[in-house]
Amino acid sequence: MAPDPTRAAGTTGTAGTTGTAGATGAAGAGDPAGGRGWRARLAGGRLEPLLRWESALVIAVVAVALLGTSISSQFLSSYNVFTACTGVGDLAIMALPMTLIIITGEIDLSVASILALSAELLGDLWLHHWSMGVIFVVVLAVGTLAGAINGLLITRVGLPSLAVTIGTLTLYRGLANVILGPASVSNFPTSYTAVGVNGFLGISWLSWSVAIFIVLAIVAGVMLRMTSLGRSLYAIGLNEEAAFHSGIRVKRIKLSLYVLSGLVCSAVGILYAFELSSATENIGIGFELQVVTIVLLGGVSIFGGRGTILGVALAALIYAGLRSALLLTSSFNENDFEVVSGGLLILSVLVPNAAAFAGRGRELFARRRARGRLRAAGVSDDA
Amino acid sequence: MSAATGMTPASGAEAEDAGALANPRTLVDFVLRARTFGIVVILALLVVVTALIQPSFLSASNIRFVLSETAVYALVAIGETLVVLTRNVDLSVGSVVGLSAYVSANMFQTHHGIAIPVVFLVGLGVGLACGLVTGLITAVGRVPSLVVTLAMLYIIRGVDTIIVGSGQVVANSLPNSFINIFHASVLGIPDLAIAVAVAVAIAAYYLKSYRSGRDLYAIGSDPEAARLAGIPIAKRVFIAFVLSGSIAGLAGVVWATQYNTIDATAANGLELQIIAAVVVGGVAIFGGSGSVVGAALGALLLQTINVALNVLGVPSLWTEAIAGFLLLVAITIDRGIQLRLAAALRKRRSHLGA
Amino acid sequence: MVTAGAPVLSLTDASKAFAGVHALQGVSLELHAGEAHALVGENGAGKSTLVKILGGVHQPDSGALTIGGDEVFLHGPGDAADRGISVIYQEPTLFPDLSVAENVFIGRQPLRSGRRIDHRAMEREVREIFTRLGVGIDPDRIARGLSIAEQQLVEIAKALTRRARVLIMDEPTAALSPVESRRLFGVVQTLRDEGAAVVFISHRLEEVLAICQRVTVLRDGRRVLSQPLEGVTERDLVRAMVGRDVIAESHESHTPGEPVLEVEHLTREGVFVDISFEVRAGEVVALAGLVGSGRSEVARAIFGIDRHDAGTVTMAGRRLRRGSPAAAMQAGIGFVPEDRRQQGLVMEMSVARNIGLASLRRLRRGGLIFAGTERRFGAEWAQRLQVTAGRASMPVSLLSGGNQQKVVLAKWLARSPAALIVDEPTRGIDIGTKTEVHRLIAALAADGVAVLVISSELPEVLTLADRVLVMREGRLAASMPRAQATEEAIVAAGTAQQPAQPAAGAAADPGAGAEAPR
Repeated sequence: MAPDPTRAAGTTGTAGTTGTAGATGAAGAGDPAGGRGWRARLAGGRLEPLLRWESALVIAVVAVALLGTSISSQFLSSYNVFTACTGVGDLAIMALPMTLIIITGEIDLSVASILALSAELLGDLWLHHWSMGVIFVVVLAVGTLAGAINGLLITRVGLPSLAVTIGTLTLYRGLANVILGPASVSNFPTSYTAVGVNGFLGISWLSWSVAIFIVLAIVAGVMLRMTSLGRSLYAIGLNEEAAFHSGIRVKRIKLSLYVLSGLVCSAVGILYAFELSSATENIGIGFELQVVTIVLLGGVSIFGGRGTILGVALAALIYAGLRSALLLTSSFNENDFEVVSGGLLILSVLVPNAAAFAGRGRELFARRRARGRLRAAGVSDDA
Repeated sequence: MSAATGMTPASGAEAEDAGALANPRTLVDFVLRARTFGIVVILALLVVVTALIQPSFLSASNIRFVLSETAVYALVAIGETLVVLTRNVDLSVGSVVGLSAYVSANMFQTHHGIAIPVVFLVGLGVGLACGLVTGLITAVGRVPSLVVTLAMLYIIRGVDTIIVGSGQVVANSLPNSFINIFHASVLGIPDLAIAVAVAVAIAAYYLKSYRSGRDLYAIGSDPEAARLAGIPIAKRVFIAFVLSGSIAGLAGVVWATQYNTIDATAANGLELQIIAAVVVGGVAIFGGSGSVVGAALGALLLQTINVALNVLGVPSLWTEAIAGFLLLVAITIDRGIQLRLAAALRKRRSHLGA
Repeated sequence: MVTAGAPVLSLTDASKAFAGVHALQGVSLELHAGEAHALVGENGAGKSTLVKILGGVHQPDSGALTIGGDEVFLHGPGDAADRGISVIYQEPTLFPDLSVAENVFIGRQPLRSGRRIDHRAMEREVREIFTRLGVGIDPDRIARGLSIAEQQLVEIAKALTRRARVLIMDEPTAALSPVESRRLFGVVQTLRDEGAAVVFISHRLEEVLAICQRVTVLRDGRRVLSQPLEGVTERDLVRAMVGRDVIAESHESHTPGEPVLEVEHLTREGVFVDISFEVRAGEVVALAGLVGSGRSEVARAIFGIDRHDAGTVTMAGRRLRRGSPAAAMQAGIGFVPEDRRQQGLVMEMSVARNIGLASLRRLRRGGLIFAGTERRFGAEWAQRLQVTAGRASMPVSLLSGGNQQKVVLAKWLARSPAALIVDEPTRGIDIGTKTEVHRLIAALAADGVAVLVISSELPEVLTLADRVLVMREGRLAASMPRAQATEEAIVAAGTAQQPAQPAAGAAADPGAGAEAPR
């Protein structure tokens, strides 16, 4: 009778009274490796619903690129691309563990706070003249611990991930502010802050953050599609109970994901602080929402069990491109982009559901027709 | 109650259970009631302990301060509770408060001599509009509320920023009669606190004594069963969001009376504090149980903690961290109670249905 | 006693097809006031479709429904309820956080001035109903924690407040104890006395014969029989349900080997106590007993889904870590769960992927799993078990119940387990697949696998088992070798107040007529 709190109900529960996940269909949508190759599927005239989403994303990328170049000839310039990269690269990296977590049906809203905690800890320790090497170890350890706390509260104590990560979001950011206070650190050695200025290995348009993202994305993508862990994640998201009954170590996996998220986010915190070449309070505020936006835009279902890294990467690309394009128009600024972000987020969940809506409408229509038939056959239509 | 019961176990295992509470009903109800009054107890303890350490804590001005500080939070918590009861969440309330605060207060700048009640109506209207959009997308569009309200948080904040630009509402553009609303009190109790208390009472009564109110609990308790029972889920959830938005809109005006100077960052992050208050107040994050009284008390508790920490000399830097910690403690305790309850109920079933 | 006169409800010539499959064809049904009408048939015979039509969930493709003489079209469950038809489903859906009284009246609470809910009137009416039914549930208590039996009674109360003239009970005694079943029958009698028509769906034919006055038998979507129950025997009913005299399948025994799975003093507080037994290689042990006696819970504890509080599980000589299905699997145990849709399969995933889900490690080639490997693996096993599906890449939700069960079995057989636990191997499966599954289990035993079968169907138990263990109220009540196991003996052990004598030739008292052998 009672909802099982250890289930993803953190998101699916509070995610409203919708029930099954929209129109993305049953035919192996969370099953990217199932069935024959994409060519066969295309030939069969039915694109898997997932490919449908990613194809739409590809089209969107092209559209954004066209939009951008029409707005400014500088859109694809090395400088502009680099700026876009630094703007979104960190978010994209954080989107990777977030994707894995959301696929299992959970969520982690504390990612930006762990980033802040790490960045401000970095700043504070640097202020106290610790050596950078030691600082790295300590900061990453703290981030990992923060992720572990999330994971333990969710898996061992059995608390819903939404509530937990809202709590740790506040806790960690609060701790970050306690550590650094109002101080602002901006004297990081230029050899490190170079990541915000120089391209990766001399490629002037590629930021370090995006380069790291590409590598990690490939690893994550292969993992999701082609390892037992990947299949386990999808299984957990689609039916946690059945996954458990198949011997999948659900709790251990979820805990690991949160620990991983903590580690990755704290690493991003360090990277981000160097890119900005400063660490201040309220660093990275609001990032968690942007990360979730990118992930959901990428076709990952908030209910779990569906989504690909490719989709998320494309979504990050669209996000970066759109942002850059709009910023190039003189009338737009950073804040205005928030509205666009929000709009994108709503669209990304409304569209698949709209298809379901249409399906429901068709069903209702068919029922009315059936009733009409019965009426014609002489069965009275009692009100 | 009757002869052919079979309700109370007929086997000898009953003797074992003599130690546990007399019957399941008492146990469960006891626990639930304990949850709400637990907050009162904790609140009392907190006050007592702080007062012992720092007697100045219990000054009339401090009490007035806490009560008036709580007003906005308790008010928004009412609306949030309505939404959370249905197993949804409204993350956009902070942005709504911020937008409403600016728009309504700005009325004084753009429409000199405007009547104060009209300003309240404007705030309400802003919130209502936001609630309508959110409610439509969530209930009718069948989109998960977490995502929608997250997006609305962005969008509304973005709209706010666009409207405000780099401007702000400055205190001296507001008439004194408006600013005094925050400070007015009767017999030492702030008017606002009384007004909010009345609002809480009305909401509580509605939730208890009206079918649509009970429907909210049903929807959160078991959405599938609610559907089967013919409850108009979409309609109820839609109205819950409209109410949440409207109340937040109203709270925005209250915010303006409190803070006077309002820029584009007003009420940023409020939603998290509200959710903390609601959860601490005993409203289940999955819906189905909880009360607006509890939520309001949760808001009161959190504000009291803020003030207590201040009085005790803890730097205000710590408030955020402590709020987060408390939220975690609250949901952990709730879970502990839940588990213990389940175990007790399992043992109760001693006839094992064989 | 058959009530003469016009029927309360009459369904004429109803047909319903889903995606080309005919669930019902030309079925007619007449319900009279004051009568308990049994609806009987195998799984897949069309009972649940019929119930859903009566309950307004589905609309028939053709046929007419008449209530009280007027032809009616039901738009939905709410409509059906408004017209006095109430269905008490096997899984009651109550609101755990609301009180019993509120559950009864949800959406229709009695009102007083100003459209406010009249709590007192609500409570009073519910109390009155419970008294009438002879049931002692406190209307003010919260619904969470009510037993299934109690939840059913709340549902019945709900039906009565809706002035139900027709109450349809779907397998009401499946999860009840004998005491609770007796109470339910008393309630049915009260309902009949008040003039309601009760539809009683049950697999337990003795119950049907004991409390109903009329019976309708469905087979393959058609009505085969509909008549008063006087003079009808169980055998007649079975023959009508199955279409032939059921010949019990033959059982082959072979000499079992060494003990493979040993369970000692296994205890889970409030669920089962001091369970000890062993299963030897090549042996099929059946765990029988009434629903709710703790059999599935024991199985889940053995496999590690639930943690046990005391006792040990030893597999091939090694003590198993408690609470870890992964450890159990590593030791060579497989587990086919009771609920294949919720626990056994991931419905949205393909057949191949479901089959491979317990063998992920095995599918790896150099650390990675390739789609081709997975597909071939799944297709091979699907074919071996004769799973009739279009392609192995089909989502498993599209398969029939029987094929789905075979997919679950394939999943576990692919691991070549040394011990296999199967909980309700043929629940909800058509007869053809049922026989296949039985043969499969027998073949497994012949191969030396230690098999533990949990079943509520006595004929199945007798077909499969080399040894029968009977549980009652969380304890092992009896253990009997095949030679001594008879239906009566098993029933006796499952329901008797004192443990039945296992070696005695004479069976213990089979109990009152209403006792269920499940």
